[in-house]
Amino acid sequence: MIQQAFSDDELLRGDRAMLLVRRAEERVVRQYAEQNADFARGVQPAHAIKCPTHLSIGQEGAAVGVCQELNVDDVAISTHRCHAHYLAKGGDLRAMMAELFGKSTGCARGKGGSMHLVDPDVGMLGASAIVGGSIPLAVGAALSAQMQGRTRVAVAFFGDGAVEQGVFHESLAFAALRRLPVLFVCENNFYATLSHVEARQPVGIPQRATGLGVASVTADGSDLADVLHAARGAVRRARAGEGPTLIEVRAYRWMSHVGTEPDTGRMKRSAEELALWKDRCPLAVLRVRLAARGVPAATLDAMGTEVDAAVEDAVEFARRSPAPSPEDLFTHLAGEGAPS
Amino acid sequence: MTRLLAYSDALAEATTLAMERDPAVFLMGVGVDDPGGIFGSTTLPHDRFGDARVFDTPISECALTGAAIGAALTGMRPLMVHARCDFLLLTLDQLANHAAKWSYMSGGRLSAPVVVRAVIGRGWGQAAQHSQSVQAALAPFPGMQVIMPATAYDAKGMLLSALTGRWPVVCLEHRWLYGLKDDVPEGFYTVEIGRARTARAGTDATVVALSHMVVEAMKAADVLAKEGIDVEVVDLRSVVPWDRETVCASVRRTGRLVVADTGPRSFGVGAEIAAVVNEELFGELRAPVRRVGLPDVPTPCAPVLEAAFYPGSADLVRTVRALVRGVDHGARGDASAARHDKPFSGAF
Ligand SMILES: Cc1ncc(C[n+]2csc(CCOP(=O)(O)OP(=O)(O)O)c2C)c(N)n1
Ligand SMILES: [Mg+2]
Repeated sequence: MIQQAFSDDELLRGDRAMLLVRRAEERVVRQYAEQNADFARGVQPAHAIKCPTHLSIGQEGAAVGVCQELNVDDVAISTHRCHAHYLAKGGDLRAMMAELFGKSTGCARGKGGSMHLVDPDVGMLGASAIVGGSIPLAVGAALSAQMQGRTRVAVAFFGDGAVEQGVFHESLAFAALRRLPVLFVCENNFYATLSHVEARQPVGIPQRATGLGVASVTADGSDLADVLHAARGAVRRARAGEGPTLIEVRAYRWMSHVGTEPDTGRMKRSAEELALWKDRCPLAVLRVRLAARGVPAATLDAMGTEVDAAVEDAVEFARRSPAPSPEDLFTHLAGEGAPS
Repeated sequence: MTRLLAYSDALAEATTLAMERDPAVFLMGVGVDDPGGIFGSTTLPHDRFGDARVFDTPISECALTGAAIGAALTGMRPLMVHARCDFLLLTLDQLANHAAKWSYMSGGRLSAPVVVRAVIGRGWGQAAQHSQSVQAALAPFPGMQVIMPATAYDAKGMLLSALTGRWPVVCLEHRWLYGLKDDVPEGFYTVEIGRARTARAGTDATVVALSHMVVEAMKAADVLAKEGIDVEVVDLRSVVPWDRETVCASVRRTGRLVVADTGPRSFGVGAEIAAVVNEELFGELRAPVRRVGLPDVPTPCAPVLEAAFYPGSADLVRTVRALVRGVDHGARGDASAARHDKPFSGAF
């Protein structure tokens, strides 16, 4: 059994990371509800999240399972839906909240927002809101690792929609040609906005990768151990110079494409489908397993309390932080302290 | 002591020097390792550093540009070359949406100093998809610089600036400049990006010229000098950022401006310069600003059509003369284009 390959500690680490993503995003949902109520009453809240947020609730297993197999100097590049990748890679929680609130203490000093979380200190090289844009960038990071003679691995996170871009095909073929140490992690949540993957793609995602010369594997995003297992194999291959791997992680987004409400009932997204996937919540599945292994409930409860406190602290930090000043508009065009 | 070096050799020398100084610099692009070496500009670095640091790529310009950005984000200094600007258009997503934005979007925590060279392929019937001059299309993406050196000296110095700077830079090179020789010092030096060069001082009119149009402007200035019209030629050198101070100071003295662009006249670099000069110097202008550039049609193939399509020194002579003397007569089109024709010697 795959689960047996991972220690209690490893699974607990994964549990905490998934919980952090879940609770942080649920906090964003609450914040939106509060500020929307203010707006509805004609009140301008003093602090608000004013950027489009794409939540990963339900999909946490993908980001956490992959990032747990990485080292801090391995790098990841993400998409419009980047909160989970940022946090799983070790991105600073306070700086993330501050970024969402548009504060100068944000991870991108208020210039990026929810779709462009970045923390170079932990190898989170940013996120592109152009569907497919993350893919060649990760290939380049892998190319430089190869040229520099380093064992660093690069990860491109992207959605099922990105597979439809030309640059996906170009990037995978080049990575295969050069045997680059890169993981292509496709979170197949079956939808691009409201469009089902079957309405968009003639063949399976792993099949495309194989056709381009990239090894591929499918993992169940509801089962952290399955993702850990797939990622471990792909990272091992990458470090051994055996080339890239595409990991299709099947998972379901519980919330709407963008925003903080569910979108059930719209087009093909039925309540039944959502209920089915909620039954396979990656956190719940893992907790059943941890319980079966004899991890005490008190350990998990304590972890929940600790994570909630961290999230609340981050929101408080964001609220306390100053907004950027208008002069900041002209800074950071080319790295730190660049002339405007 | 002077050392005459061709523009293409100056580019090759700059690349080689940059690679010697910084092991992070590498060169890639479709055909960079073939015997022609992109007009000879990649041969020397390839001979020196081999396939590990100078390599041919699949014909996947967009992904390779993204890869260049990813490499730049992780400590490398990629230099990418396109044998034609037209191919660079396939990479616009990566240049405009990614390279130009990555620093700003990350609050300056990262930057993507990729350098992309591309050739404006005028002549010998290259027609509509192998000859475009795309500087205006690349200009409205803050976070990325666009340079167009017109001399071998500047080609070397500006490429070295780009390869040692913090910005993503696109360097557009006119094919007819590659053979032009100039006094080029050995060793490392940089030419600051964003500074224009006064190629010829004059008092009656200013011609701000880009790339190969600098050559045409110098010829026009010689012709006009014989008629008693004293032209100042400003080689813009850099489109983004462009040197407003030098241009405005010159126009303030002469009161007249013609912008000579290798690209389309409509929505071109000349339109931006004319607008700024209008805003800054309206009361000091002695005549309306004029633009010389390509007409609103794609590049044709047949020699007769090509000659009618491209403006040259004769058009500049006519335009400046009309500004100064108020009359408009003389030749149109670039009848001298045939001098660049050589026996056909391969794809590019
Ligand atoms: C090039 C491009 N086209 C369209 C969009 C608009 N858009 C944003 S997200 C999205 C759907 C993406 O679906 P997928 O790749 O499956 O990612 P998911 O949202 O499911 O995580 C679209 C079409 C975009 N951002 N970029
Ligand atoms: Mg999707």
